[in-house]
Amino acid sequence: MKKVRPVNLDMSTIHLPVTGWVSILHRISGVVLLGGVLVLLWLLDASLRSQDSFAHLQAMLSGLGVKLVVWAVLSALAYHLVAGIRHLIMDMGVGETLEGGRRGAKLVLVVALGVIAALGVWLW
Amino acid sequence: MVTAATSFSRSGVSDWLIQRFSAIILGAYTLFIVGFIVAHPGLDYTTWKSLFIHPLVRIFSLAALLALVAHAWIGLWAVITDYLTSRLLGAKAIVLRLLVLAIFAVVTFAYMAWAVQILWGLQ
Ligand code: HEM
Repeated sequence: MKKVRPVNLDMSTIHLPVTGWVSILHRISGVVLLGGVLVLLWLLDASLRSQDSFAHLQAMLSGLGVKLVVWAVLSALAYHLVAGIRHLIMDMGVGETLEGGRRGAKLVLVVALGVIAALGVWLW
Repeated sequence: MVTAATSFSRSGVSDWLIQRFSAIILGAYTLFIVGFIVAHPGLDYTTWKSLFIHPLVRIFSLAALLALVAHAWIGLWAVITDYLTSRLLGAKAIVLRLLVLAIFAVVTFAYMAWAVQILWGLQ
């Protein structure tokens, strides 16, 4: 293998195909979730600690800031889950062609957006 | 075979497999909790608590937690070995990667301890 290979790190010249977007978003959502677990555990703690803290959490969730943070974390989870399921399906050899990959990627975007919108409706 | 000291299972193939198993457990757990919430509109505290007190749900929660630790470690490892590389950062890269993993180990341990406290403190 050649030691010095050409490297293109000029992001502005790199145009991602839809499959690339789905892939990088899966990575970003995964990294967001590493910290998002903190929010999920906080929700679990506050909702289970006591009757009072359950009611207090419900009141807090009507605040815009808290709502947005929770929505962001749940959206990352929703996207990561949907794209993760596609990963597992492709690992079984389904949809591995170029065309199949594109179709699957578009499907992931549509389904994930639907779930994220539904989460928004549920929270608001 | 290349073994990497900081990967989760010291082998790429088993890391790959663990990443899949843990993804399935985490996905099933997520859908289970979401399903419960959807099936109980206007959820109250007693119903919510009764879910997590159930012994089978406790086992499922523990499995999800263990899956999370493995999944998150392998995931983070994959990401930092892609971006914090010696080509980009020189000799510092390995130090930086070890530092990130060390910090993350502490964070994950704290997550685990907290989750155990939340779920097993219930009565
Ligand atoms: C809330 C907990 C979760 C966290 C913190 C998390 C985090 C991560 C991270 C950081 C990665 C690495 C991304 C990359 O290498 O590009 C990853 C990969 C992956 N995740 Fe998750 N994840 C979680 C839940 C899930 C769930 C519920 C699924 C369900 C299907 C899933 C499926 C996957 C798969 C299949 C991969 C491997 C992707 C690959 O090999 O490129 N994850 N996850």
